[in-house]
Amino acid sequence: MGTSVMGNNIDAAENLPDYPELKQLLGRTTLPGHELIELLHAAQQQYGHLDQPLLGQIARSLKLPESLVYGVASFYHAFRLEPPGRTRCAVCTGTSCHIKGGTRLLEQLQQLLDPACGGSSGDSRLSLESVRCLGACGMAPLVRIEQSSTPARLYSQMTPDLTLNLLQSAMEGGLPPGEALAPVRLLGPASQRIVLANCGAIDPDSLASARAAGAYTALEQSLRRMSPDQVCGQIRDSGLRGRGGGGYPTGLKWELVRSAPGKRKFVVANGDEGDPGAFMDRTLMELDPHRVLEGMAIAGFATGADHGFIYVRGEYPLAARRLRAAIAEAESAACLGRNIFGTPFTFQVRVRIGAGAFVCGEETALMASIMGRRGQPVIRPPYPAQHGLWGRPTLINNVETFGCVAPIILKGAAWFSSIGTPGNNGTKVFSISGDVTVAGVVEVPLGTPLRQILEMAGGVTGGDFKAAQTGGASGGCITAEHLDIPVDYDSLTGLGTIMGSGGMIIINDRRCMVDLARFFMRFCQSESCGKCTPCRAGTEQALRLLDALCSGEADLEQLERLEELCHLMRETSLCGLGMAAPNPVLSTLRWFRQEYLDHLRNGHCPAGVCRRGAAPCRD
Amino acid sequence: MPRLKLSIDGIPVSAGPGATILQAARANGIDIATLCHLKGLIPAGACRICIVEVAGGRRPVPACATRAESGMVITTASERLQAARRQIVELLLAERNHQCPVCVMNNNCELQAVARRFGIDHVRYGFIAPTLTVDISHERFGLDHNRCILCRRCVRVCDQVEGAHTWDVRARGTASRIISDLARPWGESGSCTGCGKCVQACPTGALFEKDVQGTRKGTLCLEKLLEWRRRRTR
Repeated sequence: MGTSVMGNNIDAAENLPDYPELKQLLGRTTLPGHELIELLHAAQQQYGHLDQPLLGQIARSLKLPESLVYGVASFYHAFRLEPPGRTRCAVCTGTSCHIKGGTRLLEQLQQLLDPACGGSSGDSRLSLESVRCLGACGMAPLVRIEQSSTPARLYSQMTPDLTLNLLQSAMEGGLPPGEALAPVRLLGPASQRIVLANCGAIDPDSLASARAAGAYTALEQSLRRMSPDQVCGQIRDSGLRGRGGGGYPTGLKWELVRSAPGKRKFVVANGDEGDPGAFMDRTLMELDPHRVLEGMAIAGFATGADHGFIYVRGEYPLAARRLRAAIAEAESAACLGRNIFGTPFTFQVRVRIGAGAFVCGEETALMASIMGRRGQPVIRPPYPAQHGLWGRPTLINNVETFGCVAPIILKGAAWFSSIGTPGNNGTKVFSISGDVTVAGVVEVPLGTPLRQILEMAGGVTGGDFKAAQTGGASGGCITAEHLDIPVDYDSLTGLGTIMGSGGMIIINDRRCMVDLARFFMRFCQSESCGKCTPCRAGTEQALRLLDALCSGEADLEQLERLEELCHLMRETSLCGLGMAAPNPVLSTLRWFRQEYLDHLRNGHCPAGVCRRGAAPCRD
Repeated sequence: MPRLKLSIDGIPVSAGPGATILQAARANGIDIATLCHLKGLIPAGACRICIVEVAGGRRPVPACATRAESGMVITTASERLQAARRQIVELLLAERNHQCPVCVMNNNCELQAVARRFGIDHVRYGFIAPTLTVDISHERFGLDHNRCILCRRCVRVCDQVEGAHTWDVRARGTASRIISDLARPWGESGSCTGCGKCVQACPTGALFEKDVQGTRKGTLCLEKLLEWRRRRTR
């Protein structure tokens, strides 16, 4: 209100609590205003949660509008606006955890403990929340318990009783030691590994160990003996395609950024592995951080960029820590930073931590998030290659794509393109979990039959093979009759699914596909940014229809309505999240339509998974 | 630069360089329905009502946010597009409480007009319509979340024209709400200048003037306002 603007501010300033540490946290930022998310992370760590006075103080310090700061803080699930309980229990709701009972575990705990989902119990001793896939799918169903005094611990194969016992002992101060970190198992023959070649073989905390395994030789070779055009040419000729799911030719992207006008350009590595049930990128970033950094630096040299950002999912603290340490060590050894290897080339990398938003895997939302804003996609064109971070040409690739770069430079494009199938060159890393004997990560040449990949994980457990879900919430399923298809970009598209980033969930015949489709729709509904109507309102309506199906209250007309909605979302959504949100439904409808029909009114769930009248938690 | 030549619904039209498909269509008497679009604001392309088909394109594009190009062949009213638009309007009508007879904007509402234009006489989706708050803490204006369609015209006009950035959006997905400052009551806002542009920009009854006989909404012409401002600063 016009008359009281000044008065309000002065009154507010007098009543403000003091945040002396904030000044110190602010001092660390170099791009004030654009490091809002970094500052929110730091402030939350310092003060436990972000209350209104604190957010107001942050807004004033960064000279940002208050509503913008509040909008950002409330957009990301990682930020707590309310004080959490002293003991925080998080149940993983990734795909593997879901099919092994994680969602039901959460429901049961809610009934037993009765704090509202995502909230804390009245006495603030305990808070129960759901958490997005922690990338520890071998431990499903997984529970993470955090106390202010101790770091987060993970507990595998949980049941309500076991969890209650854990919480009891946690509140009495005697939490049994769980896993501090989720171990990753590398499966399949080591000889086929290209991206993960050094993973497990080197010490990820030591540059010397990585250098001994050949790290940064490709970068040195590019800088000393090749021109940027030659590097771009090598990548183009190798036939490398984007490993994040799009499958866009990487060389083409690099050339677009290279030829885009502008002095200042950026390279971004997308490590926001948000798909539930995917942990390939986590494996690479944790076990061989230098490989990603080297790929980014080579890309910087080839495209003319001198700054890079690596966006790491907030759920992967170890990956972020190792990357930060790796950058510092590489800079001190002139492998990164100013005048790399004594050449004029300079390339600085910064780590950006995500804050729990799946939509930030979409490139325009990712850039908004790097610039400290709500992760809302914007309309393309213009594409990031022309108009990216701060309006400058920006190259965005998945971390696994960057992981392929150094071997291509060292061994040549011809070598790389000899691996895989025509048009689908090289290898692909898959994370395989769900109903398998051993969950883990495999790297195989593109075109390897699904059956072989399944065998590397020790085959199906708990029943017969029913389907493999690929591409996560944006993908679809492969049925038993297609077990022998070569797994590559084109053949999976032909089956109505996508390769996606490489998450692969094996499902046995005791699981319900309608329930799985509902699980993914619930995921998309809670991850939708809310900007465009088809995705915001469409996922909500589709979820309600799927809820009705699962509780046996839907009729044929509602099934038709669901299909119609799926087509609307696919055709008219603004970004990839909304366009792909209906894929799991459409794919399961294509291959398992009978299961949907069985679920209609007066019907039943053939797998016995869906319960009548169950009201699931909506996160 | 030469003018662009393209075809919209079979009619050859020309447009100035840099024009959007929507501008090209409207300048030539072809009307495309819009909701989140407001002349003078940076297009958001969020509501998806104005989607059109471009020959050779895989998916429909929003006319408000897509640049016209020479040689484009555009369809604005195919059966497929009309069906999608109807679905989108139905989704909006089902999302919040849009009971026209008891709304301050009855007969002045853009959502209502669009629904009428597409001949929507019933909604096939379940009504979600959660009971939301109404903020009448401001001296002259009110905010009824129950009528909000999240077009963000208020957010954009406050930021891009008034420069106050009082409004933003809280949370995400269906939980999204328009907020002022730190999600505080509007009347306590320290940044709001009380200019009322947001109220004028709102297409529905979400933002309204209090104690006014009949609504005075919808009288704002941003283009004239911007022109006036340019003249003044020159």
